[in-house]
Amino acid sequence: MVNTLDPQNFNNFSEASVSVEIETEDMTLNIGPQHPSTHGVLRLVAKVDGEKVYDVKPVLGYMHRGYEKLAEVRSYPQITTLVNRIDWVAGFSNEIPFIAGAERLMEIEVPERAKHIRLILTEMARISSHFVFNGAYALEVGALTPIFYAMEDRERVLDLIESVTGGRFHPNFNRIGGVKPAAGSGPTTKKDIQDLPAGFYRDTKVAMQKVIEAADQFQNLIGGNEVFKKRTKNVGILTAETAEAFGVSGPILRASGVKSDLRTLTDYLPYDQFEYDIPVGENGDCYDRWDVRVKEMVESAKIVLQAIDSMPSGPLQAKVPKVIKVPKGRTYVRAENPKGEMGYYIVSDGGLGPYRLKVRTASFSNISILPLLLEGALLPDLIAIMGSLDFVLGDVDR
Amino acid sequence: MTDVLVKVGFLALAALNGAIIFTIMDVKGASWMQRRPGPLHVGLRGFIFPLAEILKFVQKEDIIPTEVDRPVFKWAPAYVMVSCVALFAVVPMSPTLVVADLELGIFFALAISSLGTIGVLTAGWSSANKYSLMGGLRAAGQLIAYELPLILAVVGVVIQAETMSLVGIVEKQIEWGVPFVVGGQVVGFLIFMVAATAEMMRVPFDMPIGESELTMGFMTEYSGIRFLIFYISEYMNMFILCAIASTLFLGGYHVPLLPTEWVNFYGPVVLLTKTAILGFILVAVRWSQPRFREDQLQNLAWKILIPASLINILVTAVMKVGF
Repeated sequence: MVNTLDPQNFNNFSEASVSVEIETEDMTLNIGPQHPSTHGVLRLVAKVDGEKVYDVKPVLGYMHRGYEKLAEVRSYPQITTLVNRIDWVAGFSNEIPFIAGAERLMEIEVPERAKHIRLILTEMARISSHFVFNGAYALEVGALTPIFYAMEDRERVLDLIESVTGGRFHPNFNRIGGVKPAAGSGPTTKKDIQDLPAGFYRDTKVAMQKVIEAADQFQNLIGGNEVFKKRTKNVGILTAETAEAFGVSGPILRASGVKSDLRTLTDYLPYDQFEYDIPVGENGDCYDRWDVRVKEMVESAKIVLQAIDSMPSGPLQAKVPKVIKVPKGRTYVRAENPKGEMGYYIVSDGGLGPYRLKVRTASFSNISILPLLLEGALLPDLIAIMGSLDFVLGDVDR
Repeated sequence: MTDVLVKVGFLALAALNGAIIFTIMDVKGASWMQRRPGPLHVGLRGFIFPLAEILKFVQKEDIIPTEVDRPVFKWAPAYVMVSCVALFAVVPMSPTLVVADLELGIFFALAISSLGTIGVLTAGWSSANKYSLMGGLRAAGQLIAYELPLILAVVGVVIQAETMSLVGIVEKQIEWGVPFVVGGQVVGFLIFMVAATAEMMRVPFDMPIGESELTMGFMTEYSGIRFLIFYISEYMNMFILCAIASTLFLGGYHVPLLPTEWVNFYGPVVLLTKTAILGFILVAVRWSQPRFREDQLQNLAWKILIPASLINILVTAVMKVGF
């Protein structure tokens, strides 16, 4: 800092438009772990000068539950219960890559109908996760109403998930080799297993139509709002190169202009049978990240509607041994979750449970760009940027 | 002496009632806009819940953190409330139903309304909390920035009415036959309402509270009855600024075509109706808009509102002299 009162700096003094610089001290502001906008227990240690943020250090681990270690002492069917709780906003989609990994090691071919049911429920989980994001993000930039609309609309989707699986957040519905018979389908006999509850197709069509309407409503209510645009456009710009370098995935990566979607790149679920767009942003700012998610909701609804129409008949479950033992080997299966890429690296020694399970979650990699994005931002922008990354602390800490 | 006491009692009661009615309006309006029932249990369909709210806050523990500057911390809410109540003294409900018909009525009102800033700033400073401090500083910056357009918007009215007395301003509007908002002060009215929204720290200008950033801003450390005082003052301020706006721009206690000799009877009803309509607009804005950023707010004040209000004064003055 130039001391302008020093006679040696008089030249600077005469040229400077602001004559005296006051010596100031940066304030260390501790945001979280108990703070309304940190999505749980994320802690940020921020160095601020007035409203300006200079340096941010995220402190993680307040929600570490040791799932990777727990998985080592559990059998494969038991682990789906655990992984449900990683990203609790989209519980169902956490199960898919894990189950798919175990099935790949066991070389089981899953029946088409089970795959379709998995796909429908995954997309519903995506929709419900994006609903939560929509409401919470509006709340973070100061609009208090949209969250009520979002929660109301999300409830329709959760009702459908519940009617099939019996759980709203933690369905625990996948079995190695397929899915379990639906909860709402009434008493079942071995011969005639009812997989989807009565009226599911009809209710889903209505609900998905409502989702499309709701997305349209959000585009008007939030996206069309001048104040919202002012708060989010050109704020927290993330370039495609930086995003890829930091391992950012999901809607955040696509908002930066990279058309990368694991649904088309991998074959963990039969997405290639359906037609859908992959929304891509242009600037990579907060507004684009919001916009991409709202558009994704519509695309997901379209996928569900197509899947309902082309639902194949057949069994729900492939033939699997009574005691599930996964052969020796290792595999990595990744899937496009609402928050981004989620992957499980399963190492099996042929026992009842995995020898080692490494969970790669989207939120953990996504928030690694926080210090970079937040440098030089204003304090209100800090909240706007943090919210636009849409992370869940369970997904960060595991 | 009894005269003064009656007036003070009237003031406090009227302002408090206004605040309570506005609280009901805000909460019920919110639940209506958010498609939920809202408060339902206290009284008929929950309509007297503010009383339960007040009782709840009064019986709660008044927590004072050890590090705070105790006297300043304790007195800060009082400043805010006093400025609100005193503001109400000059608002005429009818030609006779006014606590103090001052010659410089609107000048007094604008001067007193700045007093609340001291309370907010000291609350933020004395709380020994970084979030409170930032909230207090934001509030100070915001209130200073918006005091100017508020005053400049009123200048247009004063030029048109040729008086600063609020009763005089209303009488002038009765004489004209139309309220000032129709008679050439549309821009002034809009500027006044925007600046007043910022003054009462409501969405979209609620950065000093900004619960998603600063938890609760300058109120973070307050609890119990002191928080209640801040809370009520907010609604009192809203009520009174709406009343002043309706007096200045919407014809106050009179509506055209009603006989002026009965004004003492219908005056209060008319004024309160106008106030409630303005209040409802504020409620609708609050529950449908996000929050501005601090620098955007300052830009709006210094780059748009102040030049606009200066032009408004110029145009008003030219019209006044020319026609």
